[in-house]
Amino acid sequence: MMKILVVDDEPDVRTLFEQRFRREIRSGALAFSFAYSGEEALGYLHEHHSEVVLILSDINMPGMSGLELLRRVRTEPAPPPPPRVMMITAYGDETSRTQALALGADDFLTKPVDFAALKEKLLALPSA
Amino acid sequence: MEDDGILLGTPVAILALWMVRRFLGTATRLPALDRRLAKLWIPGAVVWVGYLLLGEKLHLDGDLIDDIFILFVIAQFLQVVWRLRDYPPARTLGLALVPYAAVLLLAVGWRQLAPRSFKEYNDGIDMVGTCVFFWMVGLFWTARGQKKRLAIELERRAAEEKAQQRIVARNTELEQLVQVRTAALQQQAASLQQALEELQLTQNQLIQAEKMASLGELTAGIAHEIQNPLNFVNNFAEVSTELAQELAEERKRPARDPLLEAELLGDLKQNMLKIVQHGQRAASIVRGMLEHSRASTGERSLTDLNALCDEYLRLAYHGLRAKDKAFNATLHTDLAPVLPLVEAVSQDLGRVLLNLLTNAFYAVRQRQQQGGEPGYAPTVQVRTRRVGDEVEVQVQDNGTGIAEAVRQKIFQPFFTTKPTGEGTGLGLSLAHDIIVQGHGGTLEVASQPGQGTTFTLRLPY
Repeated sequence: MMKILVVDDEPDVRTLFEQRFRREIRSGALAFSFAYSGEEALGYLHEHHSEVVLILSDINMPGMSGLELLRRVRTEPAPPPPPRVMMITAYGDETSRTQALALGADDFLTKPVDFAALKEKLLALPSA
Repeated sequence: MEDDGILLGTPVAILALWMVRRFLGTATRLPALDRRLAKLWIPGAVVWVGYLLLGEKLHLDGDLIDDIFILFVIAQFLQVVWRLRDYPPARTLGLALVPYAAVLLLAVGWRQLAPRSFKEYNDGIDMVGTCVFFWMVGLFWTARGQKKRLAIELERRAAEEKAQQRIVARNTELEQLVQVRTAALQQQAASLQQALEELQLTQNQLIQAEKMASLGELTAGIAHEIQNPLNFVNNFAEVSTELAQELAEERKRPARDPLLEAELLGDLKQNMLKIVQHGQRAASIVRGMLEHSRASTGERSLTDLNALCDEYLRLAYHGLRAKDKAFNATLHTDLAPVLPLVEAVSQDLGRVLLNLLTNAFYAVRQRQQQGGEPGYAPTVQVRTRRVGDEVEVQVQDNGTGIAEAVRQKIFQPFFTTKPTGEGTGLGLSLAHDIIVQGHGGTLEVASQPGQGTTFTLRLPY
């Protein structure tokens, strides 16, 4: 089972992910946790060391941005293996993409998220 | 009187006639009569010469001829005096002549009718004659004085009249001047009125331009704000299709799972609600945008400042985010849970809030870009609360702050610290007008350079 932390300031993202991946959740292939801000995500990661395999984070959030979260995840010492991080943004510009990849993001997605493609990506990951 | 062979009285009479004419100015006062009087020297000369040649031969009475001629001349005088009776010196002259003429007439008549008794009373008559003569001379002198006084009086009147005429002329001149000035002023007033109208038109255009400029700043924020709910609508619709299909498949199976079917139905119902919610969210953003761009109707309605603050905070934030994607700020909202509604023109208030928020984000971004402050967290806070019978909204930032010299000018029209082309300089000036003049509220600013700025607006409810 692969544990995924979704970080987005929109609460309805939870409902959406739970329905989009209901079969995978039911079958136990994927498990989702949700955080509604960068700060909350960091807190969750501290409490659940090494459980989270993948972080899916929005970039544009009030307070700590997704990129700041990414920087913190990549710089703060954490027990291995380091989680994979995918950034999601509504502003699919090249600057954000380069910045995200430079900070150590594994992937960069633009909103609206293509859930079919995302599902394929997730299931193709080695630990799934 | 002695008979010398020549007449004495006649030339004297002619001379007196000339003097009286001059004295009374008959040439101008009675021109026709004067022309006649001027010719009287001719009969005088005829009488004088005639007597000189024929007096002795014909044994004529020289005294009588003299007296008759004098009486004739006096009669002319009296005629002149009568005609000039409205002229005081003439009257006085008349008064001088009448006794002399009367005595002379009496003497002539007496001498002709009773020469003997005349001779007897000659001395007395001579004395009366002398008295009357002096009377005449005295009154003539008086008449001269009168004439002088009159002349002075006339001169004075003429001067007065002249002055009066000058005044009248000056008045006319002044009136004309006033008319000219009035016309000039009216023209000036008209052109000023026109200039004012043009200025008002320009002002309206500027206000509209400012509105559009702030809308332009918002466009990206609005697009982002609409994109999010739209994504949810699409996603929930798609996932609902999947759910419906799954439900249909489930129902076809021989061993149906009622629990799963109920769950799917519940999800479907929930999704429909989400679609409606996010659709409405998008609609309200579009509505807000339209309201913002529309010319203010000026109509007041009960407005929820909390909702307005929340809406514009997001718009302003995303507006800036769209321009500078690397920018991030912490947004704090501290909204009073129970806030009285305010009678206000909500689109006007929205513009004020948008302006204050845009400025706040600008300030924190400036401070962040100046760098040199590790750990600086750009923060914009919006607070609402009730203070007495007013509702207060505070927009606080920890940005660059405002220097005292600048702070005094920020509400002036066209004052801006932003580079040319980035600000109209009308935002805060309009905000101040809207709050103070439009809503009878107050808008104040407190700032610490390098620390941050707080705008506080209060509105009566």
